[in-house]
Amino acid sequence: MGERVLLGDEAVALAAVHAGLTAAYGYPGTPSTEILEYLIRHREQHGSPRAQWCANEKTAYEAALGVSFAGRRALVTMKHVGLNVAADPFMNSALVAITGGLVLAVADDPGMHSSQNEQDSRLFADFARVACFEPATHQEAYDMTLEAFDVSERFEIPVMVRLVTRLAHSRGIVRTGDGRGENPSDKRGQAASWILLPANARRRWRALIERQRDIREYTAGSRFNTVEGGPAKRFGVITTGLARNYLLENLADLPERPALLHVGAYPYPAEAIRAFVAPLARVLLLEEGYPYIERALRGIVPPAALEIQGRESGEVPPDGELNPDIVRAALGLPLRQGVTLEGLTLPNRPPQLCAGCPHGDSLHAITSALASIPGAVVTADIGCSTLGALPPYNAVETCVCMGASIGMAKGAADAGVRPVVAVIGDSTFLHSGITPLMDAVKDGTPMTLVILDNKTVAMTGGQPTILSSSELVTLVHGLGVPPGHLHVIEAHPRRASENTETLRRAVGHPGLSVVIAVRECVETVKRGKREKPSAAAGEVRP
Amino acid sequence: MKFDIILAGVGGQGVLSLSAIIASSAMREGLAVKQSEVHGMSQRGGAVLAHLRLADGPIASDLIPRGSAAMILGMEPLESLRYLEYLDRAGAVVSATTPMANIADYPPLDQVLAAIRSLPRAYLVEAEALARQAGSARASNMVMVGAASPLLPVALSTLEHFVETAFAAKGAKVVETNLRALHAGRAAAAVIP
Ligand code: SF4
Repeated sequence: MGERVLLGDEAVALAAVHAGLTAAYGYPGTPSTEILEYLIRHREQHGSPRAQWCANEKTAYEAALGVSFAGRRALVTMKHVGLNVAADPFMNSALVAITGGLVLAVADDPGMHSSQNEQDSRLFADFARVACFEPATHQEAYDMTLEAFDVSERFEIPVMVRLVTRLAHSRGIVRTGDGRGENPSDKRGQAASWILLPANARRRWRALIERQRDIREYTAGSRFNTVEGGPAKRFGVITTGLARNYLLENLADLPERPALLHVGAYPYPAEAIRAFVAPLARVLLLEEGYPYIERALRGIVPPAALEIQGRESGEVPPDGELNPDIVRAALGLPLRQGVTLEGLTLPNRPPQLCAGCPHGDSLHAITSALASIPGAVVTADIGCSTLGALPPYNAVETCVCMGASIGMAKGAADAGVRPVVAVIGDSTFLHSGITPLMDAVKDGTPMTLVILDNKTVAMTGGQPTILSSSELVTLVHGLGVPPGHLHVIEAHPRRASENTETLRRAVGHPGLSVVIAVRECVETVKRGKREKPSAAAGEVRP
Repeated sequence: MKFDIILAGVGGQGVLSLSAIIASSAMREGLAVKQSEVHGMSQRGGAVLAHLRLADGPIASDLIPRGSAAMILGMEPLESLRYLEYLDRAGAVVSATTPMANIADYPPLDQVLAAIRSLPRAYLVEAEALARQAGSARASNMVMVGAASPLLPVALSTLEHFVETAFAAKGAKVVETNLRALHAGRAAAAVIP
C-alpha cells in the first residue's frame, strides 16, 4: 500500500508485479520502453519476476504465451508498430485457452512523435476479438492492468492495455495495493485447445465468438465505462482514453454541462451508447486515436435525428493527437491567447545524430563511396541511423519499417537499380534483418548491406542488444555471406579514407557484400554502460 | 491555485531533471503534480519540451492549454521563445543565455536575447557562468531552479531540502556546489529588472 509518483508506463509495470507476474518480455520502442525498464530494475533489486528484452516483438509475445501456457501470468510490452511484428502470435493466441493471465501492454504514438505511423491498437484488439483497457490516468493505468490479468484468466483470452504517448511518458500519482503472489505452475493438460490444427482452430474460433457475449456483458458493467446523463440534455460528449482529461480541462467554461459518456474498457458498451445518444440532438466524439466509436456510431445508415461531430466531420482534426486546445475548439469555445513573438522567425531544431556519433562516420563513408556513381540508391531503416535522412547527410532514400532496408534493397536490385546499399543498425538487423538477408544471400543479389554496429539499442535509450559485435559477425558469416565480401570496419574519423575505400570495393562487387561498421554509441560510452569497443577492424577471411 | 510551467531546451540539456527537481519539491509541499515528458527521437539534439503542472487540487490534462502557463523556463534562449503561445499574458519567461547553436540557421544571439528582453516579464540568467562560479558547469540546472524560485509556489527551504537529500549520496561537496548554484540563480533573478 502506498502512493508513488510514476510514469504511465511504470504504473503498468508495477501493477503487473502486484498482479503476481511471473515473467515480462518486450522489445524497446518509444513510448513503451519504460514498462520493461522498470521491471528489469525491479528484478535487479528483488530477484523476480523475470523481465527480459527479446530479439523482437514476435519472440517476446511467444515467450509470454509460453508462460501463460504453463498457467502463470505474463506481460508483453511493445509499441504500436511492434504489434504488427507480433500480429501472428497475437491474433492466434486469442483462439487458445489462455490459462495464466496474459496481458499485452501496447503503447500507441498518436501524433507520431517517434514513429512511422499512428495506427490505433484498439482496432487490433477488435480484430483479434479480445478485451482492451484504455487508461486515462496513472491510477487507471495501474488499476486496469491489475484487472486485465483477472479478465484474461476469466475469459481465457489475452487482454490488451492500450497506452498512448502522453500517458506513457507523463508522471502522476498512483495509489497502490498490496499485490498477490504468482500463480503456481499448472499446465492444465488440455492440449487440444492449444493445437491450432484446422479442426481445433475452427472449434476454438467458434468458442471465441460465443464468448463475445460474456465479454461484452462484462465491459458493459465495467466501472471504467461511465455515463453521466440527464433526460433534459440535448448535447452529449463521448470520450475515450485521454480525451476525457482534455474535456474536463474545458468543462467549466461551457455554458451548460453536456451529457457525458466515457469508454475505458472494450468491446465498447454498444447498448449504453445507444441509450446515451437516444435523447440527444448532437453528440461530439473525442477519441485519442482513430474515429473508432465514431465510425461505428455513424454506420452506413447514419441515425437521422442525431448530429454526430468528430474527426470524420471536421470538428476534430482527422489525424494527430488531441490536446486541451483542440478539444476546446471542438467544443466551440474561444481559444485562450498566449504571447506572440514579433520580428523573429525561429528556425526548427530537428533531431540529429549526437556529436561524434559513429553513424556519422559510416554515413560519410557511404556518401563518399557513392559520390561519383549516378543512380545509386541507399535504403535505410528504423533507429538512430534514420537520422541520416536529415541534413547534413541527406544520405538515404527510404525508411519504412524494421528490417525493410534489406528487403527493399533486394527488390530494387531485382528491378535493375545499381548500385543499391542498405543501411541498418545492429539491433534492427537482429530484430528483422536476418531473414531478408537470407533471401539476398540465397539469390546472390547484387547489393551491399551496411550494418551499423553501435553495440546498443540507441534510439530508445541504450538497451543491450541480443548479440555482441563478434557474435554478430559470426551470425552474418553463418548466413552464407560470400567469403571475402564480409568486411568489418571501425566507424571512426581516423579511418575515414580506408573506410571509404572499403565501401567502394564492396559496392563495386557485382554480387552481395556486407560491411559491418563497428563503434559504440557515444551516449552509452558516456554512461559507461557497456564494455569498451574491441579494436575489431579489417576484413574477415573465413 | 494552479501553476503551469513549460520547460524548454535542447535534447541532452537536462530539461527532464530540471522538471523533476521542481516536481518533487512541489509534491513535498503537498501539491498535486503532473509532468509530461518527451522521450525518443527528439532527445537526439532536437527541441525538447516538457509540461509541468502544479495545483492544490486535481489536475485533469497532462498537457498545458495554450495561454495558461505561468512560466516558461528555458535552458536555451532560442528554445525559450519557441512556446510563447502557451504563456499566459501575465506569465514570465526565465531563460538561460548560453545558446546551443547546433543548427546552421541559428539567428544572431543578440537578436534572440533582445526578443526575450522585449517580453513583458523576462529574466535572463547567465546560468552556465554562475554554475561554474558555484563549482561545476553541470549545476546550470540548479541555477535555473534558483532563478525561477521566487516565482514558484514552492518555498526556497523545500528546494534546499531537495538538493540536500538528492545529492547526499554524492558527498558534501556536491551538495554545497548545488546549494551555491541554487542561491546564485535566485540572487541573479532578483537583480534583473
Ligand atoms: S544515441 Fe548513439 S547511436 Fe544514436 S545518435 Fe547518439 S551516438 Fe549515435
